[in-house]
Amino acid sequence: MTASWPIVALILAPLLAAAAAFALPRHGRQAALLANLVAAAALALLARQIVTGGLQTHDIGGWAAPLGIGLRADGFALLMLVVTMIIAAAVSLYALRYFLFSHDPEAAHRERYFWPLFLFLWSALHALFLSADIFNLYVTLELLGFAAVALVALAGGREALAAAMRYLWVSLAASLFYLMGVALVYGQCATVDLPLLATRASPVPTLWVALALMTVGLLAKAALFPMHFWLPPAHASAPAPVSALLSALVVKGPFYILLRLWFEAFPVVMTPVIAQALGALGAAAILWGSVSALLQPRLKLLVASSTVAQLGYLFLLFPMVTARPDSFLAWSGGLLFLGAHACAKTAMFLAAGNILHAAGHDRIKDLDGVTHALPISAFAFGLVGLSLAGLPPSGGFAGKWLLLSTALAQGQWWWVLVILVGGLLAAAYVMRVLTHAFARVPEPTPCEAIPPIMEWTALAMAILPGGLGLLAHAPTEWLRLGAPILLKGSGL
Amino acid sequence: MPHADPPIYLLAGAALFVIGFYSLLIQPHPLRRIMALNIMGSGVFLVFIALANRTPGPVADPVPHAMVLTGIVVSVCATGLALALTNRFGEVLDEKAPPAESPASGKTPPEAAENHR
Repeated sequence: MTASWPIVALILAPLLAAAAAFALPRHGRQAALLANLVAAAALALLARQIVTGGLQTHDIGGWAAPLGIGLRADGFALLMLVVTMIIAAAVSLYALRYFLFSHDPEAAHRERYFWPLFLFLWSALHALFLSADIFNLYVTLELLGFAAVALVALAGGREALAAAMRYLWVSLAASLFYLMGVALVYGQCATVDLPLLATRASPVPTLWVALALMTVGLLAKAALFPMHFWLPPAHASAPAPVSALLSALVVKGPFYILLRLWFEAFPVVMTPVIAQALGALGAAAILWGSVSALLQPRLKLLVASSTVAQLGYLFLLFPMVTARPDSFLAWSGGLLFLGAHACAKTAMFLAAGNILHAAGHDRIKDLDGVTHALPISAFAFGLVGLSLAGLPPSGGFAGKWLLLSTALAQGQWWWVLVILVGGLLAAAYVMRVLTHAFARVPEPTPCEAIPPIMEWTALAMAILPGGLGLLAHAPTEWLRLGAPILLKGSGL
Repeated sequence: MPHADPPIYLLAGAALFVIGFYSLLIQPHPLRRIMALNIMGSGVFLVFIALANRTPGPVADPVPHAMVLTGIVVSVCATGLALALTNRFGEVLDEKAPPAESPASGKTPPEAAENHR
């Protein structure tokens, strides 16, 4: 029991820091710094424990699974925690200067609430990735949703508040759909523990209905086409560090739960038709999101629409894994893509935030020659574009390559087409920004200087997906560690 | 004999859920939407309790009751957040309302909001 403190520390450190940042508004930065240090140390220890000892568990209050709430960390959870840590650290660094140099007269007021809400969101994410119980997952989903909605509203202004309210309705209704599913699952299986559910599940109508309700709720929260309508306004109108958190991490939470539900707890209920339907929605999201990104007049809306498209790729995992449940190639491709997208989207939103801050607006057609003033941010944006378009050696390339190889090996050629077209469209919308940003014009867009740390953070996050492509092997190997999801085999 | 009960509570819970969701979709006013969400939530809680009664044995299953208690706490928080946001949104609309009436500044709110960030 004593050895499981890293799991507890990962949830408690940001939570206590959030409480401290709220109670002592002047010390939000110090609280965030402390949370970063403790979380990083706990994560390093947990990683070591998982690599040497496999699955790690902790029963809250000493009560074991059927009655108590179990926390658990396997290789998949570890991967999500590491991605979260990287993004949270980058956002913390960026936000140190973002509010200080903002033109907004109320920036100090906003910063005061940013730190506690950000730390609260971080804690909710850790709790979500570590929960082994579908009811506890409901609670963490709600916590995540509350923090995310409040962070969107933090931008103030009519547009941001309207976006936050729309996000709130979708989020709350989606949670209730999920909770109704939990009630039916409990009525059928008499447990909410994920590993126990796997042993008790059978393809009966009650569970079909339950899973349909839960899936609809989670798809709305993960903003999968056609339930993506709330995402672009919410992600685009939030302050830059918040947009990065929302696009990189928050929408991945419900996706993580979907994978746990369908492939860990209820693989017996999964059928090829359901898998193909989820994949088809993903494909529609890729096409719709990319085309709408091409048409957006403003930079932040373009980046947010690109998130809708990139989330679609994740759902291609469903048909591929269902066709071959032991398909390590599909799993590692999908999850590598997830990590690369999280870093890439952080970099993109931070770079877009820099451009918005320096130029005073983010209308793409008026950004001619912005490179002169912001060479690093513009370079970061371009570099991320390579990963989104799937060019080697980026993480986006490695992820897409693995998905493509899997689709070809399984004879599901229609996904290959979607992946290729999506890559071309991504290249097109990134080029649309770059042609303006790198244009040689006599009078470049007038820009203000911005703090170097804001530019360098964006660049660091842009280099990371590139590095992920080269180091792809190590993190994907983690997926085999203590894997409850069917990864014990080493099949194609 | 809990199984002898007609599934009236179960059906009532499902009906409340559907009524709440329908109102959420058609009602534009935030306060009505908050009430609609609370009705949906009550439907879910009723289903939990109805299912707890269906377990064999003389005593109803306590675990769903614990879940409903947790769910109520969450829904109170959700209602609070929604009310606070609604209130703030109303204030912002009031602040912005007078200048928006004059045609000259009709374009400003989106621009102002853009520069705000």
